[in-house]
Amino acid sequence: MKKIAWFLTLVVALSLVLSACGAPATPAPAEKFRVAIVMPSAINDLAFSQSMYDALVRVQKDMGGPEKFEIVYSEGMFVVDDAAAAIRDYATKGYDLVIAHGSQYGSSLQEIAPDFPNTSFAWGTTVDTFGQPNIFAYEAASQEGGYVNGVLAATLSDSKVIGVVGPIETGDAKLYVDGFKAGVAATNPDVHVNVNYIGSFSDVALASEAATTHISAGADVLTGTAQMVVGAIGKAEESKVLWFGTQSNQASLAPSIVVASQVYHWEVMLKEMISLIQSGTLGGKSFTANLANGGEVIEFNGDYALPADAKTLAEETIAGIEDGSITITLLTND
Amino acid sequence: MISDLFSMTVLVGILASGIRLATPYLYAAIGETFGQRSGVLNLGVEGQMLLGAFAAFYVTLTTGNLWLGVLTAMIVGAVMGLAMAYVTVNLNAEQGISGIGFFLFGLGMSDLLFQKLMGTVETVKGFPKIYIPGLSDIPVIGEIFFSQNLLVYGAYLLVPVAWFVLNKTTLGLKIRSVGENPDAADSLGVSVARVRYFTIILGGTLSGIAGASLSIALLNVFQQNMTSGLGFIAVALVYFGAWRPVGVLGGALLFSMINSLQLWIQVLGVPIPSDIAVMMPYVLTILVLVAAVSRVRAPSALTKPFEREN
Repeated sequence: MKKIAWFLTLVVALSLVLSACGAPATPAPAEKFRVAIVMPSAINDLAFSQSMYDALVRVQKDMGGPEKFEIVYSEGMFVVDDAAAAIRDYATKGYDLVIAHGSQYGSSLQEIAPDFPNTSFAWGTTVDTFGQPNIFAYEAASQEGGYVNGVLAATLSDSKVIGVVGPIETGDAKLYVDGFKAGVAATNPDVHVNVNYIGSFSDVALASEAATTHISAGADVLTGTAQMVVGAIGKAEESKVLWFGTQSNQASLAPSIVVASQVYHWEVMLKEMISLIQSGTLGGKSFTANLANGGEVIEFNGDYALPADAKTLAEETIAGIEDGSITITLLTND
Repeated sequence: MISDLFSMTVLVGILASGIRLATPYLYAAIGETFGQRSGVLNLGVEGQMLLGAFAAFYVTLTTGNLWLGVLTAMIVGAVMGLAMAYVTVNLNAEQGISGIGFFLFGLGMSDLLFQKLMGTVETVKGFPKIYIPGLSDIPVIGEIFFSQNLLVYGAYLLVPVAWFVLNKTTLGLKIRSVGENPDAADSLGVSVARVRYFTIILGGTLSGIAGASLSIALLNVFQQNMTSGLGFIAVALVYFGAWRPVGVLGGALLFSMINSLQLWIQVLGVPIPSDIAVMMPYVLTILVLVAAVSRVRAPSALTKPFEREN
């Protein structure tokens, strides 16, 4: 009996303490916009997560710095359960916009969002808002940048063999790789593209060995997507083989061999979302970053001497995709 | 396309890749073999590798000295091993759980240090390939075995050394007896605690080198969670190799060769879905494990804390 009484006292005391903590949070000053983001990898992964973090920092700069625009983040959220807890925490703390940056967070968000009707959520990459009035969806038309990279790669390849290192054959990665293949095929059908999906987003060692395999198979131009490609870029640099990047600008890693990177400029979408939120619309809309709306930009590496005619070709391709005169037909199967 | 698999370039490619891929497994799994032969299961290998990989990379990046990088990785691994030894030997903690604790510590700590000290992915100039005079000129074999970097050679030299220490020295006898029958070893005056401290610290040191072999010899880059489960496969390889260095070597090579084979299968366009290809090394390992493991017995005292009976 005594034990039970002691236990009850403890529970009551604890619940008092906890409810005291959860007491109405002081509302943030209205002029400050507060964003929280949950990401699967690190903010400096030179890939998917960094593309979004860098975009948020650019929005912050444009909106007047940390006093006007607050960014908090949880990175390395590989475990979806942890991510879901973080998303809920941020929503509870009254952030204006909570971003779930990973398609794997979708089902968690579908459960959480209805509990916080006054909070706006965004998730990607997807087009699905679950019909929720407070969820924005965003994705990237990564096949467009893939196509441009493919056109350039086919032009620059002497050996007529190109290697691709991919993570898992799905989503953004598959879209990029298929776009890349389409770009190569449209430019020079004689160029052979070897594709290797290594089955992991984090296995740097296997990505590196995949690059070595491509090089042994005769490839003189490589590309790849997701955060584990840093291993492949290292091998490319060692063997003086060209590299095309995507998601973030990867030129800093190997300035001598990175030709160009497709970079996601999510700030275009973010700014639209923010102005919608400020005018009272909390979601229900999906956004696609592409070359035409500036959500995707091909960033050329200044340290690599790209022949002028190749650069012209790339610029013409970009313009063609933007005005719709080039349509990308994805070959989904070999 | 399947016939392309048997061309010389492909064969050399597969074997040379396999030799390289097996390197971190060898360091980590041989180290783990010592621990398990003395009765301690260390599931923290992955964490030790990650911290070793970061330490080696960061020291090399800042000082440019590769050997200092390796040394730091060894020290970091040894310190992790020391902590693990204290927890399992002195505190008699459950080995599996505390090992996972050390893994998570290594994962989090290496990431934290990476974020705070570096901030972005960078590259270093790692151990260069060393062409062994004479041997590297032999066609095919030279390219596969004798054109690798120093840490790759080291991993393979470690196998006979470990075999010798475990089977032919008094120290090896002590390690094995502590793992099989700690009570008997204790009654004969062998310090169970001291032997286990030694093997766990040695295991940590070798895991540190395993990490370094990734970050400053094979890949020359550090990224968050870059070992990506390698350390756990190393633990599995110890079982696979039936607690013998030569068995571990066989397992590491088999796993790595199949992995490099599947890379080539995809590159050559053999019509197998990538998901299936990626599964191959794991499926094969499980099959071999099922076939082989029933024949051998684990060290009797494995995972059992030792407490002297009064």
